[in-house]
Amino acid sequence: MERITKKLFENVAWYPNETKETSAGFYTWERCSFPASKRINMAYIDYYKALGLEKSATEKDIKSAYRKLARKYHPDLNPDDKEANKRFQEINEANEVLSDPEKRKKYDQYGENWQHADAYGQAGKQQGGRGYGGGRGNGATGGYNFDDLGGDNDFSDFFSSMFGGGGGSRSAKFRGQDYHAELRLELRDAAETHKQTITVNGKNIRITIPAGVENGQIIKIAGHGAQGVNGGPAGDLLITFVIKDDPRFKRHGNDLHATMNLSLFTAVLGGEATAETLTGKVKVKVAPETQNGTRIKLKGKGFPVYKKEGQHGDLYITYQVQIPVNLTDRQKELFKQLAES
Amino acid sequence: MKTGNFIQVRVFCTAHEIDPEFISSLQELGLLELVAENGPAVIPHHQLPSLERMTRLHRDLGINAAGIGALEQLLERMEQMREEMRVLKNRLSFYDTLL
Repeated sequence: MERITKKLFENVAWYPNETKETSAGFYTWERCSFPASKRINMAYIDYYKALGLEKSATEKDIKSAYRKLARKYHPDLNPDDKEANKRFQEINEANEVLSDPEKRKKYDQYGENWQHADAYGQAGKQQGGRGYGGGRGNGATGGYNFDDLGGDNDFSDFFSSMFGGGGGSRSAKFRGQDYHAELRLELRDAAETHKQTITVNGKNIRITIPAGVENGQIIKIAGHGAQGVNGGPAGDLLITFVIKDDPRFKRHGNDLHATMNLSLFTAVLGGEATAETLTGKVKVKVAPETQNGTRIKLKGKGFPVYKKEGQHGDLYITYQVQIPVNLTDRQKELFKQLAES
Repeated sequence: MKTGNFIQVRVFCTAHEIDPEFISSLQELGLLELVAENGPAVIPHHQLPSLERMTRLHRDLGINAAGIGALEQLLERMEQMREEMRVLKNRLSFYDTLL
């Protein structure tokens, strides 16, 4: 439960570069607030390199390169691929700058020295207005004061510092973001319908986990994702279940498989043995001369069938006949007689 | 006019900066169901996730409605295959434990 809380919290505390990564395939253009401290360490981004272009690239080249790479890395075509999503963000940002003549001009002018854009701008003014005003620096230190950026962005910090905001045209969105989370369950927990409380964005949500849920299965809790914008609906909470292996039972669809030790004497002479099931112990009849590795089926003692109340798979038990050890002389003699008979 | 769990096509198009013609094309191809009763056409909320995905594909990749229709089918098929893969992985994992 702690795990899901943490993961969801990470999702809610979105930062520009992390939003798309943590949303696992569902990216958003929603703007978000993030602390200035998160925006201090900015690295220069080579937008030309991101699109695989030379600086001399024409508008047509840029459009073509963007389309080609966007087709390859688009989040909607690469669901749950974090690397592709990250790459798409870079490509998108590069296109946003290079396809806009004004932004491209500024980027080309300051390029790797973007951090000094403000100082250049000040110097330019003093020298007769040459160059750009440069960034949003406070002038006093020659560096950037990020507190006045407004904190609304879905582009990189580098982009923000250069152009002061996101793409501009992509701020509106109606439906809230989907949240993705992972919930680990013991095999035995997954065999019973039960309620569990999870924490999403500081709110406790009580969910019902139906018996029979499978490993890797995703359950959608409608309306428990991020809030919608402009009166739109909230996103959904998508929970992926991870069912841990059980030391005793192996699950195969709705059937369970287990091994059971059987004494040599019971195997030879037949009799009764006690078998363990998910719901308790049951007596089973063992036929005389049962071979090692014999498999029996206990009908209806397997795993519950998902959302089919009262229906269960079967339990298959494989006998492992135990050879007696530490035999007395008398017992050895009897085995000899048996062997010679 | 319908209110509540609906969004007007006009409002959606304005916010996403897309041509209403695109929405009409999606509707014609059966990729989107609009509701229009005594008023402007509206989009049911439950269709928003898929409509937003189609809008992104149109806007980001320049794919037209017909192309999106084909893509949606492929994505659906991909999703089915992912589900099959999940089931097969679970089955394989079962046999691995027997080795």
